[in-house]
Amino acid sequence: MSPTSMLVREAVLKHGKSRQSLLPVLQDVVKSNNYLSEDALIEVARELDLSSAEVYGTASFYSFMDMKPCGENIIRICKTITCYMKGKDNIIKAIEDRLRIKLGETTRDGKFSFLAANCIGWCHKGPAMLINDRVYTQLTPKSAVQAIEEYLHQGDKK
Amino acid sequence: MTKQEKIRLLEKQQEKINLIFENIDHWEVIDRVLKNPPQQIIDDIVESGLRGRGGAGFPTGLKWKFAADQKSDVKYVICNADEGEPGTFKDRQILEEQPFKVFTGMALCAYAVNATDGFIYLRGEYNYLLPFLNEKLAEFNQGLKEREMNFSISIRSGSGAYVCGEETALIESMEGHRGEPRNKPPFPVTNGYMDKPTVVNNVETLVYCTMIIKENPEFFKNLGTRDSRGAKVFSVSGDADVEGIYELELGMTIQDFVDMFGDGDTKAVQVGGSSGFCVPRKDFKETIIGFEGVPTGGSMMLFNSSRSMFHVLHNYLEFFNEESCGQCTPCRVGCQQLLRGIEAIKKREKPPAYLDELVKLAETMRIASKCGLGQSVSNPFISISENFREEIIF
Repeated sequence: MSPTSMLVREAVLKHGKSRQSLLPVLQDVVKSNNYLSEDALIEVARELDLSSAEVYGTASFYSFMDMKPCGENIIRICKTITCYMKGKDNIIKAIEDRLRIKLGETTRDGKFSFLAANCIGWCHKGPAMLINDRVYTQLTPKSAVQAIEEYLHQGDKK
Repeated sequence: MTKQEKIRLLEKQQEKINLIFENIDHWEVIDRVLKNPPQQIIDDIVESGLRGRGGAGFPTGLKWKFAADQKSDVKYVICNADEGEPGTFKDRQILEEQPFKVFTGMALCAYAVNATDGFIYLRGEYNYLLPFLNEKLAEFNQGLKEREMNFSISIRSGSGAYVCGEETALIESMEGHRGEPRNKPPFPVTNGYMDKPTVVNNVETLVYCTMIIKENPEFFKNLGTRDSRGAKVFSVSGDADVEGIYELELGMTIQDFVDMFGDGDTKAVQVGGSSGFCVPRKDFKETIIGFEGVPTGGSMMLFNSSRSMFHVLHNYLEFFNEESCGQCTPCRVGCQQLLRGIEAIKKREKPPAYLDELVKLAETMRIASKCGLGQSVSNPFISISENFREEIIF
């Protein structure tokens, strides 16, 4: 069995085979693989006895369910008004320079994807970003780069 | 007032009104309630005048009453923790600091309407809270079991869709579908999750329910105004001397608010997040924060005179463009056209009078959109473009 099938099977075992389990199952796959591959979608469809179009249609609605390969670590910087006012553009610039990619791209070594997100709920402590599930607030260009470097020197994920 | 003085004054006020973050013995509340008939809870919540704190402001007691009146073996209570409105972050803090008061509110509701299962729909951006909340939930569910209450709570995660904060979209998402809002009626209280009667309440609403039952309805009713009873947690951000989360009595004017939080140069306050209303300086004195004036889910964003309201509106419209579920045409196309429209005016591709056409489009969206998202785009659009017309067209 391929690692993806194993992963899907494990998630289905945990959450069940009903339609309500679809999102939790997909979320587990995303958590491990950081994105939903075609294989994973087909496998989920088979396990839950849904059409793969149905699974794709549901998954593609949610912005945290990426359909193309993402880096090991996903950086999501808040682009909503308060973070904007507090200088998110400078943070973006600093991160782009450090990772040598543009917003929306993934580094060549596959370590990071750099994405923008709508309000992540830290407006009073902007600019803010998420790296995976972890929150970083009151960023300066320097502290943002520092935060990323923590992950850079880390062999394992998270 | 200096910043330090403002903070001190606010701290003093928080001593007077501190319903949400005050520590309580939640089991004492539950044990006391379990001795009374369920109807008593509903009567108390109705009597308190509490209205939903998520933004829409539906009377909570009535919602519970409708659900209680339904004949069904299976009913659900859902805590809406899909706090996605830009400028709102109070629910996160409440869950972080007072999780048991939220769970208690859900248990009280379950007892009142006779529900068996509870869910917390937590937005994906707050996933870091999951280990903490699951641990507290295990403890809470165990406590309910010991009291032989047939109710338990679990958590479902969102995946980054703002529209899932709309209750029927939230239910669709929980059922494993795209988070597209349903037509109403039927409302969730009759046909909700899995087509069963379902109460969907905001995090803060549930905590107020806990506090109303702990104290009494009168104590809550005596706060605020006739149309807006009680207090409310505000998320303050933007060009403010004091930012953060503050619980204040409803019914204050924007002027009072700005005097307390502003940086002395506030030109506009966006009340209720990107889907709320923009109040310009000239209206600060007459505008009341509450259901009789500008209603709010708690988001208060302050802008000083260094800010361009064009950029503010542009940012909101970009937000709506991305977050519109795309299911109904007025919202899907309307959001795109409003954004393109103000860009075209700015670039001189369209004459200033085109803004009037866009206002008409926004009005159409309010009438014709299927859910609250599309209907409320007109709130920021019209309030900003009418009050700051020169900034949009020049």
